[in-house]
Amino acid sequence: MAYDKFNILTTSGVPLPIENVDTDQIIPARFLKATERKGFGDNLFRDWRYNSDDSPKKDFVLNNPKYSGRILVGGKNFGSGSSREHAAWAIYDYGFRCVVSSFFADIFRNNCLNIGVLPVQVSPEFLEKIFLAIEADPTTQIEVNLPEQTITILESGEHESFDINVYKKANMLNGFDDIDYLLNIKEQIQEFAANRPL
Amino acid sequence: MSTKRTLFDKVWDSHVVQHIENGPDVLFIDRHMVHEVTSPVAFLGIKNRGIKVMHPEKTFATADHNTPTINQHLPVQDPLSANQLKALEENANAHGISYWGLGHEKNGIVHVVGPEYGITLPGATIVCGDSHTSTHGAFGAIAFGIGTSEVEMVLATQCIMQTKPKSMRINIEGTLSKAVTPKDVALYIISQLTTSGATGYFVEYAGEVFRNMSMEGRMTVCNLSIEMGARGGMIAPDEKTFDYVKGREFAPKGDDWDKAMAFWKTLPTEDGAEFDKEVTFDAANIEPMITYGTNPGMGIGISNGIPDAESVEGGVATYKKSLQYMDFSEGDSMMGKKIDYVFLGSCTNGRIEDFRAFASIIKGRKKADNVTAWLVPGSHKVETAIKEEGILDILNEAGFELREPGCSACLAMNEDKIPAGKYAVSTSNRNFEGRQGPGARTLLASPLVAAAAAVTGKVTDPRELMEEILAG
Repeated sequence: MAYDKFNILTTSGVPLPIENVDTDQIIPARFLKATERKGFGDNLFRDWRYNSDDSPKKDFVLNNPKYSGRILVGGKNFGSGSSREHAAWAIYDYGFRCVVSSFFADIFRNNCLNIGVLPVQVSPEFLEKIFLAIEADPTTQIEVNLPEQTITILESGEHESFDINVYKKANMLNGFDDIDYLLNIKEQIQEFAANRPL
Repeated sequence: MSTKRTLFDKVWDSHVVQHIENGPDVLFIDRHMVHEVTSPVAFLGIKNRGIKVMHPEKTFATADHNTPTINQHLPVQDPLSANQLKALEENANAHGISYWGLGHEKNGIVHVVGPEYGITLPGATIVCGDSHTSTHGAFGAIAFGIGTSEVEMVLATQCIMQTKPKSMRINIEGTLSKAVTPKDVALYIISQLTTSGATGYFVEYAGEVFRNMSMEGRMTVCNLSIEMGARGGMIAPDEKTFDYVKGREFAPKGDDWDKAMAFWKTLPTEDGAEFDKEVTFDAANIEPMITYGTNPGMGIGISNGIPDAESVEGGVATYKKSLQYMDFSEGDSMMGKKIDYVFLGSCTNGRIEDFRAFASIIKGRKKADNVTAWLVPGSHKVETAIKEEGILDILNEAGFELREPGCSACLAMNEDKIPAGKYAVSTSNRNFEGRQGPGARTLLASPLVAAAAAVTGKVTDPRELMEEILAG
C-alpha cells in the first residue's frame, strides 16, 4: 500500500525513555483481530495508556497534554518481539511519522520502512540529548531531514546523521513500496522460479 | 576474505534473484505459511492491486492464533476471531491455497505443522507473518518472521526484499546435565546475550549439544532465536534431519528426494568459514532455567537469586519497572514462589517430546489444588500421539486435562488468558507485560520445570522430583 512521501519533518517529540519497548506493549495481541488496516492508533500502548476500566492513566506520556508531535522518541531496543506490523500501523495511525531510538529490533524497523514511518537510529548520547531537550521544553522542535539524513534539535543546533539504505531512502522520498519494484521484475522472478527444485 | 562458506551463505545466496547495489536483495521464497491474524490485510492489498497469488502451491494456510482450545466443533464465539477465520478460509479458497482450518486433521500451530507434514525442508527459504518462524531453521532452512506488507509481497511475487543480515555462530560443547532441556539451553543463551544481543544477525547453532539434540529440541532452540533479537537461527542438516523429513507428505519423493539429498549434504558450514561474530558456551554451566522479569533475557538458573539492578546490563529504571510489574525483589530466590497457572504448549514447547517430559514428572503425582493447568498440544498430530502413547491416561490420572491445538495462552488472543496479577509458569516464548493477558505475570521455563510447578503449586527444581523417582 503506497504511503505519503517523507522529506523533511519538523515537529516536537513525545518521549518514552524506557528500554526494550516490545510490540506487545505497542499493541497488545487482543487488538489484532481486524481484517482491515484502520483504527489501530486508538489502541497504541493500550495497557500503559488506559486502566482496565478504560479510563486514561494520567501518568502515561500520551495522556499528558504537555507532550505532542509527530516524532516518538523511545529507549534502546525499541520494537522487540513479535513481527506484527500492527505495531507500526498503530504508531502511524496515532499520527507519528518517525520513531527515534538508539537501537531498533529488525522486523519492527523493516515494518516501519514498509509503511512510511521513518526509524531514525541515533547514538545513545544523542538520544539522551533529545530526552533532556524535551524535558526542558516539551515544545522543542526537532528536524528530521531525510534527504540529508540528519536529525537536529533546532534550538541548540545539535545534530547527528543517520543511516538508511539508498533503496529504502528513495522509496520513502517517493512514497513507493517494494511490491511496485517486484512487479516490475516479474519476468526475472518467474524465470528464477522455473529453475527452483522445490 | 575467506572463500569458505557458511550454511547461511549457501542457502541465502542460492535464493537471490537480484542484488540491488547499496540496497536489499530480492530473495526468492520456497515456502510461505499464513495464518488468520497477519494475512487479511495482505490479501486485501493484492485484491486492491488486482493481482492473484503468484505461487499458491508454495503457500500454506492454517488457523492457530485466535482459535479456541475447547469445543472447536462449535462456532467460534468471539465475532472478531470468527471473522478473521472466515477471511482466511475465503482468501485461501479464492487463491487455491491449502487451508487447514479448525477441525481439519492437519490443523495446528503453523510452526508445528510445517515440519510435521514435510513443508519445512533443508536449504529452503521459509517465511510467515510470525516472528517464531525461526523454528524451521532447525532443518537447515533460512526461516524468519515478516510483517504484513512483506506477506503481501510474497503473495504477489513469491519474493521479499531483504538486506542480508550479519552472521553469528553460537557453539556449545560438552554434555547437558540432568533435567537440562533444549528450552534451558535457549533461555541460557538469551540470558547471556540479552534480549537484543543478536539483533542484526542470523545465527548458526553448532557443537556437540546441538548435534546430540532431537529435531524437536532443535526446533525449540531455533524458535527462540528471535528472543535475543536474531532474525533467525539454523542448525546444519544431518542424518537426523533427513530421517525426520523422509516420507512426510509434502517432502520430495523418488528421484526428487535423491536430488534434494545431494544438495542438502553440501549445505553444512565449511571448516575455516568466517562469521561476523562467534560465541562459545560450556554445556556444564547450564542448569534448568526460569525467567523472573518481563523479557526473555531476564532468566536465571532455577537455584539462583534474582540479580541486583546494578549487576545487569541496561537501565536501572527499566529493570526496576520490570521487577515491580512481577512484584519480585532483587535478591529473591525463585524457588518456592507460589504460582497459579501452568501453561504447557506453544510453537516453542507444544510437541510430543514436551508432553513426554511433562508426563515423566507428573506420573504418579497429583496436580496441586492451587494450580490451573492448560495443556495445549501444538497440533492434532501431537494430540493423537499423546493419546496413542498413553500420555493422556497419565495426565488424566494426575488430574490434568488436555485441550485442543492452538497458540492459546502464549499470546492470549483467544479466551485462554491468565488473570491480572496471577503467576503462570509457561513453556511459551515471551514474558512481556500482559503477554498472557492484561496484568498477567509469566515465568518462562521448560516442560520439566512447568510440570514440577504443576504438582507442587510453586516454583520447584525438577531435579528434586526426579531424584524421588529414582529413589522410589
